[in-house]
Amino acid sequence: MEVLLKILADALRSAVGVQAAAYALAAIGLNIHFGFTGLINFGHIAFMAVGAYATAISVDLGLSLWLAVPMGIVASILLALLLGLPTLRLRAEFLAITTIAVGEIIRILVRSSALEQWTGGVFGIQGFADEFFDLNPFSGTYGIWRVTFNARSMWVMTVTWALVALSMALVWALMRAPFGRVLKAIREDEDAARALGKNVFSFKIQSLCLGGVIGALAGIMLAFEAQAVVPDRYLPQTTFFVWTVMILGGTASVWGPIAGSVIFWFLISATEGLLRQGITNGVIPDWLLSSQQVAAVRFILVGLVLMVLMVWRPQGVFGKREEVLIGAQ
Amino acid sequence: MDDRAGPQTVSIATRPRRRFLGALCVILSVGFFLGSGLVTSASAQESDSESVTAETETATENTSAPEQSLKGRLQDLERNGVEGVVISVTTEDGTEVGSDTSNANGEWQVSLPEEGTYVVSIDESTLPDDLTLRDSTKASLTIGVRAGQDKNALFALNDGEGSDGRVSVSRLNRLSNLAAEGVKFGFMIALAALGLSLVFGVTNLVNFAHGELLAFGAITAFWLERGIGPIPAMPLLLAVVGAVILAGGLGTLFEKGVFGPVRARGSGDIAAMIISIGLALVVRHLYLILFGSRAQFYRGYRLQSTYSIGPVSLTPKSWFIIVIAGAVLLAFGWALQNTRIGTAMRAVSANKDLANSSGIDVNRVVMATWFVGSALAGLAGAMFGLAESIQWNMGYELLLFIFAAVVLGGLGTAYGAMLGGLVVGLVTQLSTYWFPSQMKLMFALVVLVVILIFRPSGILGLKERFG
Repeated sequence: MEVLLKILADALRSAVGVQAAAYALAAIGLNIHFGFTGLINFGHIAFMAVGAYATAISVDLGLSLWLAVPMGIVASILLALLLGLPTLRLRAEFLAITTIAVGEIIRILVRSSALEQWTGGVFGIQGFADEFFDLNPFSGTYGIWRVTFNARSMWVMTVTWALVALSMALVWALMRAPFGRVLKAIREDEDAARALGKNVFSFKIQSLCLGGVIGALAGIMLAFEAQAVVPDRYLPQTTFFVWTVMILGGTASVWGPIAGSVIFWFLISATEGLLRQGITNGVIPDWLLSSQQVAAVRFILVGLVLMVLMVWRPQGVFGKREEVLIGAQ
Repeated sequence: MDDRAGPQTVSIATRPRRRFLGALCVILSVGFFLGSGLVTSASAQESDSESVTAETETATENTSAPEQSLKGRLQDLERNGVEGVVISVTTEDGTEVGSDTSNANGEWQVSLPEEGTYVVSIDESTLPDDLTLRDSTKASLTIGVRAGQDKNALFALNDGEGSDGRVSVSRLNRLSNLAAEGVKFGFMIALAALGLSLVFGVTNLVNFAHGELLAFGAITAFWLERGIGPIPAMPLLLAVVGAVILAGGLGTLFEKGVFGPVRARGSGDIAAMIISIGLALVVRHLYLILFGSRAQFYRGYRLQSTYSIGPVSLTPKSWFIIVIAGAVLLAFGWALQNTRIGTAMRAVSANKDLANSSGIDVNRVVMATWFVGSALAGLAGAMFGLAESIQWNMGYELLLFIFAAVVLGGLGTAYGAMLGGLVVGLVTQLSTYWFPSQMKLMFALVVLVVILIFRPSGILGLKERFG
């Protein structure tokens, strides 16, 4: 019982922790792309990487952190333009492949020895967010029941969840406004939107920029939390995690990404906790699964959740079935 | 879009839910059954690739024990451990933290008092006489370590001559060798790309799990060669034949159990694509659990001396791969034009409804295409395993090369995929003449993006495929 309570507490902790907040933020960005505009962005990690790296490099070059973060945002807008201008005219599958390709190109570039003097190569850049932590108003530990956080986590969490709330409010307002209605019209029928005189291409670019900036903020917050940017944190599978979060919560819904992220991280943490416990107790025999292999189970779980959702509940928890572009027709 | 699930699929739409679940269970249980017998290497979770390192790192962090260390494994070109080499760790200002001597397996580990940035140095005088550092400027590495992290530090070792030894090979020889390697790589990519393209042609599915079919071929051939459960060890060639057929079977299982029912439910292409991503995640990490994270090699044809034709020196197995892969590609090119099933595949690919109304059994053609496409991927995988190594995530690492080839040639065109594979192979291998080889994927992807911008239908693609 004691053990189960501990697993529950751990799961609750990760359900509201920094990762959950950052993934919610990233999913809000992706939701603008895919949920509202219908753009299949499989390279969301590129925005996260570019935001984090531009910030870290700017600090490394001597800029104050408070100027560096806007640099990260600018960089993500540039990426959105660079990505969108040539590819938004292509059919959906090609945008998917191009975005995943651009994500990998960026990872390989920042990892390469050619750019090592700026990006730190394989080892990345460490300890660039001191100015952020200097502002930390918290001290001691906080929490309810066993779900406690230290001052450092509290500070990152507070800021990240605040960003989530802000972005959510922005999405809520925008999607009620004419801008949002045009995006949804493009998702439903691009040609119809064009026939009504809307500049579809320009709206798509704006959507890509907006979602990209929110994705970059998520990347920056994750990099703050780690106090590091390391190229191999920016693998394509993170994009698919964000996709799972978004679909789980409900595409094209305002609350979806947050619900999705909280459920996602709760499930992952609880499963891993139970599996590890089962292995320690000998309930799960060693030939079936050893403790080192538990990390792999996380990915299997994500894959299964993604498949099952897409087959039976493409609208996720909060989405509306008729609003889901990819659902059953 | 709505009319795609033509009349022939309506009849099976009644019970897709049970079929889907059933097949999922079958896939999973087959996986665990296979694994239960022979998880020998899985316990040695040696990190041969970065992505695994990242995973084990998070795992270590979760246990929240504030113990951190620097570790590594020294290995020669045959991946044998190098023993007795002294590694020392200091802080950035030069204070000694600790040192270790590599054990018989080449492993060393120095635990650290706190998180921070450390300098790791290898004592070159303790290296065996026949080994040197690949890059002599990298005898000391500066590495940041976070609390609770076991961070890897990598010292790459070379045979005696070091990087200067290569200068003796003439530039022409190197270029022609790289071109031959490029053809080899390109043919293997082309085999897999052909499969992906054929499947896309008949089902409109961009299959992200195609790489996993490729890895399945490599891994199954490995298991068959060593013998698994009641099946005795067999020569590699026989094992490859078996693996190719089994890969084809896995492909049809994907279609029967997952993608067919999904199409029958009327889900869109995008839904199917996302489902294939989920499937790939599941299958790939089952490989990680069953096969382990170490790179493995086939027993047969391991060490070979090179054999020269003109300016090109390749190992006999490389020549063999080029010939076989080329022959298979030619045979498929011929078969697509001249056999009944080939013609049927092209017909379904061009227009499903028209093919259906002309009396072609579309479902049978789709099944045949999945089998053939997956078998080709399995063959490509076994060849990659022979040419390089067998790894649980090899399919995923090659998937983007395959996508690049498919898109380059024109999505859904068989000959385009072959041509695209060749271009991708040549570009990536030749790029290593000027750039570090870790960047070769980037060149394939850059070519992909450039082609998409200027000729989105690919080299051989038809304009009308694009809206």
